[in-house]
Order: sequence, then structure tokens, then C-alpha cells
Amino acid sequence: MVKNEMKMTILSKSSNESYARVAVAAFISQLDPTIEEINDIKTAVSEAVTNCIVHAYKDCVGKIYITVSLSDQNVVVIKIRDRGCGIKDVKKAREPLFTTGGEERAGLGFAVMESFMDRLNVRSRENIGTTVSMIKKLAYRV
Amino acid sequence: MAVKILVNGEVITAFLEGELDHHTAAIMRKEIDSAIDKYMPSLLIMDFKDISFMDSSGIGLVMGRYKLLSKNGAELHITNTTPQIYKVMRLAGMERLAKIDKGVN
Repeated sequence: MVKNEMKMTILSKSSNESYARVAVAAFISQLDPTIEEINDIKTAVSEAVTNCIVHAYKDCVGKIYITVSLSDQNVVVIKIRDRGCGIKDVKKAREPLFTTGGEERAGLGFAVMESFMDRLNVRSRENIGTTVSMIKKLAYRV
Repeated sequence: MAVKILVNGEVITAFLEGELDHHTAAIMRKEIDSAIDKYMPSLLIMDFKDISFMDSSGIGLVMGRYKLLSKNGAELHITNTTPQIYKVMRLAGMERLAKIDKGVN
């Protein structure tokens, strides 16, 4: 059952990357996560938001929709959605080191999300947009 | 200032500051590359002591500098990585390209 939820919308400007991950981390802090859990979530959010900016809205500025839900069982569900260009081949995009972002991009965004969160789901349609859903179960704390 | 550069003979140390993401990586890249251009070091040390957060954009920054240095036969060391930074570096297999010092001195 959802215990708490927040939604926010930001413009796809790179100066908002820091704000997005810090805002999500601040909201999740009510579950009393460990520093490592918070860092994992911040890193995964940063990757997803950067993808929206670098790829989805490559040649324009659009809106990024972020939803975070917290459940009774200490499960964090984060959805990051855009209405950008979409991903042609999601399977290919999720392969480590694959990038269309040029020389300075490592091609590790999805690999980081996958490894730092418990579950990653990517749904995308060309010219409609992409939704990245990530789930992390926080360790139970007494 | 996102980067402080210290030159000592053929060794350049780049002290990175703040958060390292896609937004700030571009700024850091320019400053480090202009120092590499100017001093042609045999060793570049990237110091992460004052980096409070890093995502895979930091890997792009490190890999890009590694390629640039390799062209001149120069080496890259990475130092003072926090656990969060080291975790991202290890996922990317960075220890195959550069010597990485764990922990903050």
C-alpha cells in the first residue's frame, strides 16, 4: 500500500540535475535510509534525468515528470517520464557502454540504474516518450 | 571554480570540487584539458577528495582524459575516492585504465 507520494515536474535543463536527485533523496529520507541507500538512489535518479536531457529532449527543452511512492514495506518506487523522442531499441540502449551521446558519455546510465536499484523497467515509444520505473527495497531498520 | 590545478614538473594534479554530473563535467573537462594542452604532463592525478557526488558523467570525464593522455604516452591516477564514487568507478571497470586510491587521505 502506498504510504506517501510526491510528484514534481522540472524542465530538462542540466542545471536541474542536482535539484532532482536532492529533492528525491530529501523525500525518501523519512524512511530513514542508510547513506549508501540514499547515494544509490541519488545516482540512479541522476542517470535517468540526465538521459531525458541528453537524449529525450536532445534538441529542445521539455518537461520531466518525476513520481516517488513509498510503501509500508519500505519500498521506494521512482518513475521518471518524458515526452521526448523515445528510444528506438530499448534492449540495445540498456547494454553497458552503448551510447549515442558522443565521446564524453560513458554509456553506463542504464547499467548504473540497474545495479544500484533492485528493479529497472524501461518503456518507450518513438516520438511519444519514455518512462523509467525503478524500485528499491530499503533494509528494514528497527 | 570547479577545478584547481597544481603543476609540479611533469605531474599535474587536478583537484575537483563540488558535484560531478553531466552539468558540471563539461566545465571540469575544459579546465583539465587546457592544463594538459599547456603543460603536456607525463602523469595526471585527478583528486576526488572534494567531490560530494558523482554519476556516470564522471566516468565519461575520466575515460575522455585517459584517452587524451594515452595519445601522449602519459598516465592517469585517480585518488581520494569516497565509497559512492568508488562504487561507480568499479562498475565502469575504471581500475583497468587507471590506478585508483580508495578512501580519503
